[in-house]
Amino acid sequence: MSVLRLAAPIGLAFLPLGMALGFLVVHAGLAWWWAPVFAAVIYAGSLEFLMVGLAAAGAPVATVALTTLIVNSRHVFYALSFPLHRVRSVPGKTYSTYVLSDEAFAVGVSPAARTWTSGQILAMQAGLHLTWTVSAAAGALLGAALPIERLQGLEFALTALFIVLAIDAYSQHPDPLTALLAVACAVAAGLLAPGQMLVWAFAAFTALLFARLLAERRGA
Amino acid sequence: MPDTGYIAILVAVSAAITWALRAVPFAVLAPMRHSAVVRYLSLHMPLGVMVMLALYTVRDVPAAAGRQQLWAIIAVLVTAGLQLWRRHALLSIFVGTGIYVALMSLW
Repeated sequence: MSVLRLAAPIGLAFLPLGMALGFLVVHAGLAWWWAPVFAAVIYAGSLEFLMVGLAAAGAPVATVALTTLIVNSRHVFYALSFPLHRVRSVPGKTYSTYVLSDEAFAVGVSPAARTWTSGQILAMQAGLHLTWTVSAAAGALLGAALPIERLQGLEFALTALFIVLAIDAYSQHPDPLTALLAVACAVAAGLLAPGQMLVWAFAAFTALLFARLLAERRGA
Repeated sequence: MPDTGYIAILVAVSAAITWALRAVPFAVLAPMRHSAVVRYLSLHMPLGVMVMLALYTVRDVPAAAGRQQLWAIIAVLVTAGLQLWRRHALLSIFVGTGIYVALMSLW
């Protein structure tokens, strides 16, 4: 029961967001079934929203690879606290890591999940994965049936998503200097290397973080 | 529009990299969970990445028409304001996007 109680609110949030992804897929001119394919195979929310634009424009493979590396780099740190040691069997661990989304991580490390068995952790992850995929398919089918090509500016959903995630990240660890460095790196990269903005911003930001860590250690 | 095979390659590449980013650290990083550098990066990276991604998605706005710039500024302020006020992610995203779509489609 506790699996459903913890995961259901997230599943409810997946419904409109997954449908928005489906809408965008159709709006960008891609076949509707790409929405559930993106959702099930990539299964990394914000990256899927970015992929809509990249796929529709036929972006180079290298651009897609670098964008994926940057957007999903945060997942690297999930290994520090997600209870994968409680998931049994190799197929179980394989699936659990494949669908280790932000939301699955948040539920998995929550105090309520501390007593969960292997089956309960996997059920939670599979439930979220399935809900997201079905929602994306439903949104894409609905979008294909409606005259949404007349709507302009749907892509702002992605901007809004990142604004919300940035505000949440800030309130978890309020650090104005980090925010300022990120703004500076993004603006500088946008001006100096508009075609490769994300890559250069990320590289500069990472370098500045290391420099700041060194400076703080010297000062301490 | 690129063909199906090409998009399938893009999907496969991004899925493979995403999985690697999620799975490999359990072998490589978990033993380093007490490392100060790893902890420092895990504290600062999420905020930085989200800020840079948000700016990346509005990279074309400075070159857009003046009216569209105004709509974007309004939508950003509404989204951020709602999120700071109510802390309800879906509400902020849908109201912000709804306002932007309405302004862009009607004017």
